[in-house]
Amino acid sequence: MREIAGLKAVEEAVGRATEMARPVLYTPGWGGDIQRPTTIASLNILSHIAEKTAQYDCRLVFPTHDPVIMAVAQEVVRESYARAGQGDRFSEDDICYVSSSQFGYAAAVEGMITRLKPASIFLLGTFEAESLILAEVGNTVGAIQIAGTDSTIQLAFFIVACDYTLIGEEVFAASGYLSQDASILASVRAQDVLKILIAIFLVGAILWATIDPTSGWWRF
Amino acid sequence: MRRRFPQIVCGLFGFTLFAVYFSGHPIAGAINETVLRGYWQIIFAFALLVGVVSFARFNLGAIARGSDRPYRIASLVGLFSMPFLALVWGIKGDSPFIWVFDYVQVPMQSTVFALLAFFVASASLRGFRARSVPATVLLVSALLTLISRSDLGDVLFAEFSDVAEWVRDAPSMAARRAILIGIGLGSLTTSLRVLLGLERTWLGSDS
Repeated sequence: MREIAGLKAVEEAVGRATEMARPVLYTPGWGGDIQRPTTIASLNILSHIAEKTAQYDCRLVFPTHDPVIMAVAQEVVRESYARAGQGDRFSEDDICYVSSSQFGYAAAVEGMITRLKPASIFLLGTFEAESLILAEVGNTVGAIQIAGTDSTIQLAFFIVACDYTLIGEEVFAASGYLSQDASILASVRAQDVLKILIAIFLVGAILWATIDPTSGWWRF
Repeated sequence: MRRRFPQIVCGLFGFTLFAVYFSGHPIAGAINETVLRGYWQIIFAFALLVGVVSFARFNLGAIARGSDRPYRIASLVGLFSMPFLALVWGIKGDSPFIWVFDYVQVPMQSTVFALLAFFVASASLRGFRARSVPATVLLVSALLTLISRSDLGDVLFAEFSDVAEWVRDAPSMAARRAILIGIGLGSLTTSLRVLLGLERTWLGSDS
């Protein structure tokens, strides 16, 4: 699997937060709920980051707009801390629900970033208009920022404001990349094969439409 | 078993709803509606309760510890005052609940949204520094779009709008569609991994 710079930087981001004795902030955005594959993909990445923060004894803060995501994230992080042998360090209060309102959520996370001054910020999930507000506030506190989303409109904001950006499918491939699980890597491979087939189909369709063999122009 | 059972439920519901979604049968439509709307609302209502309890506990704990007290108190006042106003005076057009919504909550949300204008300016300033070839392409495309959206574009060059439209419709749309194909396939494989039980992170711990 090719190297994904944003995921390679995860270790560096958590290490930086540990050295600076500041927390890591992770948020999945306001745009998605637990039914969305992007949110599931984001929680998979959260699991790996939580394990790293547990190993380094670094605080992880996870604000969210959705109480269902909060409940699932608490379990995911608890499991990661347990896997790292640091189960007693897990704090349920750090995985918190802030507001279901879009700008209420943006204001709450913005406030957390300003007050806690996290050394590393992960913005991974489905984002809408709040994306740039969070990324810019993160920038002002000097945090290293790793972002990724399936919202194509918000990608441009993340590319401009963040240090690393996972573009679309990279968010979904992250789970395989981080875990190196053979079955997950196989599904990423299948995804690539399908993409090649779609590309071949598109090129074939363009050629077909351009040449238009059914019109009979080639007969003379 | 604590992981196996939810996994089976997830797979069962996932594949059933997948089949039901593509079926035109009225019973299939009714199942889809019941599960996606009815069940989801019930689950969300209970989860919201968990969220509110967690929010209140988190803020009360912070107040007790003395950290960011003014913000925590403001949060709790907001959390409890709205249901209080709704329960006592109702939510009709001239009730205090609607007044607070119209004259406190909406202006505050608009204020946060308005911040975006300043953030767009500061992010653009950084992003449009032509330090590399991609950044230069970004700068030129942005300038083309910006100028084409103003009256200046057509004054400078009659076909300015057409050029900017071509940039949006051809190279920009092609890149966007390529990303969207990747996202579609990524969503599909992630969903399949969850339904088949290959991806179990969301299940949390065994104990």
